[in-house]
Order: sequence, then C-alpha cells, then structure tokens
Amino acid sequence: MKLPIYMDNHATTPLDPRVLEAMLPYLREDFGNAASRNHAFGWKAEAAVEKARKQVAELIGASDKEIVFTSGATESDNLALKGVLEYYKEKGDHIITLKTEHKAILDTCKRLERIRQERLDELKLLRLSQLAEREVSQGELAELAIKHRLDEDATYQRWAALPTGGARVTYLDVEKDGRVSLEKLAAAITDKTVLVSIMFANNEIGTVQPIAEIGKLCRERGVLFHCDAVQGIGKLPFHVEELKVDLVSISAHKMYGPKGVGALYVRRKPRVRLAPIIDGGGHERGMRSGTLNVASIVGFGEAAELAREEMADESARLLRLREKLRAGIASQLDMVTVNGSLEHRLPGNLNVSFAYVEGEALMMSIKDVAVSSGSACTSASLEPSYVLRACGVEEDMAHSSIRFGLGRFNTEEEVDYVVRLVVDKVRKLRDMSPLYEMAKEGIDLKSIEWTAH
Amino acid sequence: MAYSDKVIEHYENPRNVGTLDKNDPNVGTGLVGAPACGDVMRLQLRITEEGIIEDAKFKTFGCGSAIASSSLVTEWVKGKTVDQAMTLSNKDVARELALPPVKIHCSVLAEDAIKAAIADFKKKREARQGKQSAS
Repeated sequence: MKLPIYMDNHATTPLDPRVLEAMLPYLREDFGNAASRNHAFGWKAEAAVEKARKQVAELIGASDKEIVFTSGATESDNLALKGVLEYYKEKGDHIITLKTEHKAILDTCKRLERIRQERLDELKLLRLSQLAEREVSQGELAELAIKHRLDEDATYQRWAALPTGGARVTYLDVEKDGRVSLEKLAAAITDKTVLVSIMFANNEIGTVQPIAEIGKLCRERGVLFHCDAVQGIGKLPFHVEELKVDLVSISAHKMYGPKGVGALYVRRKPRVRLAPIIDGGGHERGMRSGTLNVASIVGFGEAAELAREEMADESARLLRLREKLRAGIASQLDMVTVNGSLEHRLPGNLNVSFAYVEGEALMMSIKDVAVSSGSACTSASLEPSYVLRACGVEEDMAHSSIRFGLGRFNTEEEVDYVVRLVVDKVRKLRDMSPLYEMAKEGIDLKSIEWTAH
Repeated sequence: MAYSDKVIEHYENPRNVGTLDKNDPNVGTGLVGAPACGDVMRLQLRITEEGIIEDAKFKTFGCGSAIASSSLVTEWVKGKTVDQAMTLSNKDVARELALPPVKIHCSVLAEDAIKAAIADFKKKREARQGKQSAS
C-alpha cells in the first residue's frame, strides 16, 4: 500500500489510465480543429468528438444531439441558469433552487438577483426623478419612494414588470436528511417560475435527491428542470427520459476523466432553448462557441463509457468499502454522527462528525490521507459548511466533520488503514479536548456561557 | 494551507497536555473560546504563594494552530511570575509560530487563556483571604 492515500474523490478523481491512453493521440499527431471542414485533420478531430458525444449521451440515455460540451460543470450550471433565464424572459424570471446546491448554482443565482435589484433601482430613480421633477440620488431612494407612493404608481409597476435581465430566486430549505420536500417545492412554484435547479447528489454529504419525483412535478407544472448531476453521474443510474429532466450538468473529472471539460444536456423533445453565454464561432449548435477541446472531450467520452460499463460493479464495491469504513469507525468510537441520509446516498460518500474534535486538526493528524472537512478553518470564509448548517447540523458539529470520498482506485487495505488511523487520532485529540472531558463528566456544554470571538 | 514547521512540531509533540485539579486553591483555570467558533482552550496554572507559575496544563479543541499556540504558552509561562505571564502578548505567539493572518485568532485565544487563568487564580486567592480576615 502506498502513501499518501487519496480519499477525496468528490473534489476530483484521478485520470483512469485507459482514459489517458484514448486521449494521447489527440495531444500528438491528431491535433486538428474539429471545426475544420476541409481537410483530414479536421475530419478526424470531428469524428473523435462525435464519438465522445455519443458515449456521453449514452451514459444518461440521451441523444447525441442533446449534448453541449463546455469547459466543466461550473460553466454548464452558468449556461443552464443564465441561458434559460434570458431565453424565457417573457415567460417569467423566477428560479427555485436548494440552499445545499453547489456554489456554481448559488453564486450564479445571487448574481441574477443582484442584476434584477440594480435594474429595479435604476427604474425607481428614473421614475422618482420624473415625479419629483428633479435629479434624484440613490441615497434619497427609500424616502422618496414612500413619499411618492411608488408601490402604487402604475407607470413604475408597468416598468418593473418588464424583464430585468436578472431573476427572483427561492432557496428552499432541505429536511434533516438533506433531501428536498416535494410539498415545499410544489408550493414554491408560481406562474413566473421558469426553472427549478436541484442537484442529483450533494458534493459534501452525498445525499441523493428524488430526481424522478421532481421531474414529474416540474413537467406537470410546465417548469423547466435543471439538474447539476456532477456528483452522481457514473455512480448511480441516471436516465433523462425516465427522470424527465430538461437540462443536466456533467463534469468529466469527477468520473476519472480529465479536468477542464464537461457538458450540458439540453433536451430536444420537448425542445428546450437557451441563449448562449459565450459568443463566437457558433460551435455546439450556437450554444457554446469556442474551439473544442478535442483531447479532453475524447477522454470525457472514454470515461463515460467506462462508467456506464462498470457502474453496477463499482458502486456495489464502493458501497461495501464505505460501509466497512463507517462500521469500523462507529464500532470503535463513541459520539460519531453520520451527516445526511444513509439511505439516499452516494455509495462512495461518508460524511461524519467526530464530536469534540476539530476537523482541520484531525485532517492534520491523518495527513497521509487526503480527505476534506466542513470545518471553518479549512475555508477562506471562516464559516463552517453551509450544507451541513442547512441540514440543521449544529455549528460545533459542522466544525467536527470529515468527508471521505471513496473512488475507483481505493482498496480494502486502504480502508482498513484509514479506520485504524482515524480511530487512533480521534482518541488522541479527544484526550486533548476540554470539551470531550467535560462531556464525559456529564457537563451540559450548552449550559456554559462561552466567550465567542 | 501549509503549516509552519514550529506549528507542526508543537502539534505532533504537544507539551503539557492534561488537567490540574480545578478545586485546588493554587490552581487557576481559564476556559476561552466557543465550540460554535471551532476553538475552545482550557489553560490551567498552579501558582505558588510567591506568585511563581510552577505548573501549566492545557486541553484544546481546535485546529492545529490553536493546539500549537496552547502548547507553546504552557512552555513559556512555566517558571515565570504571574506579572511576567501577564505581559505575554498574542503577537509573541503569532511570531514564534509564524501564524498566517487567518490563524491570528488562535494566538489571541492563547493570550486570553493565560489572562483568564490568572484572573481565576486571583479571584480564588481573594476569596480565601476574605474568608481568613473574616474569621
């Protein structure tokens, strides 16, 4: 067994050697531009891209014409949200998503909200200048809006109802197990809702959402459904027809493909339209301009095919390893909690909180094992994981969380080693933890007045 | 983030981990920080009648830098007088351990822990002297 051990497969996965083999010719002699229509170099590149497109489509039960290659899932998420919002602006501007989504969704939504707010502020200033018959500054806005009863002003209301280029966003809470409530989702849909964006599986806690039920609901209500499926695709079956999804974000490097390439599935029947967010040569049927990253796309296709062929066996193996890891830890340590649903969960994911041990400290003491933590100390923001907080995990327990992400290349021997190491180091850190000592003495830690800083 | 060698050294070989009897009249206990913030430091000092810190123990819930900061200050205060210990600043800790800006609060916590432990000791002593003069 070799150290260090990589057990952070939600962050990225190693490139499968078979994928690398498939890519190499396209980094060497087959360097053509897939858009060159008039010579053999271009034809070869185009054929390779089209083969990869079929391979990716087949993994999700789609047609190859529905696959748009992008630079990765962050771009796919941006394209889905911004592209749909712009194209369907006459229909509405309301988006529904979850508080536990990836930042590529949440930060895109925040920008769209900000764009709408800025547009409305401009309109308010313009209208108030008319009503007050003078220039009005931003600082006076609130006061003058009340004075001139802007809420009841028909002209302003008419302007404000026009597309703003931004969006209204509902961020739904999740239940304690990390899953969305279908009742809450149904209740949030309005006649202005154009898009629901809900992930397949969460990147921190591995919680799998009820995608088929969400798809059915969205179809019934005439709302488009985008699914960021980065973490689940290639691990669990995902079929776009059965699930009734309209847009799906996929990333190659989470399924043993190269970084820097992903795709957006865009449904053709019934047709989903998008405005592009990158303009240029009109590649990818006008939805994503830019010379195709041929070698990486070839690798993506190969990775997709391998995932499709090996998914069933691999997932069964990962689930067995995951349960071995979980049972090994839980049987030897007290006060360990699993975060997120155990039932609806990615096979390779284990997210646990070791009470009274800080996550970053634990990571430091198992430095030969690459994992990640929801502890604030590991983030630039100094806030503990927003995903765990949204699931109702207390802040101290969020600080104590560790995410293990098992993948294709992890072995049973590695799992055994990690169990022994984690148990030993958690015990050492607890011997050093004043909180563990107090908890063992029966002191209620909530009864203490802490000096927050 | 990469840790400095000194942080790693203290983290891997922490000095003076443990517990002193908090009911001992010569022991002052400082408990600072909050579980919700991800760090809690408990520093205990045993102080002689002459005001010399003869023993120091700590337990810390927190990241590597917090544990290293606690370990370092227990080494520093041992053998010092209470007045000397009071002059110890978080800047000394941060400099010695080469803490990056996001970890400065760990050194602040260590300084606060010393002050809190000494304050607890003084409170105990005053209470005892009060009792003696009353009797």
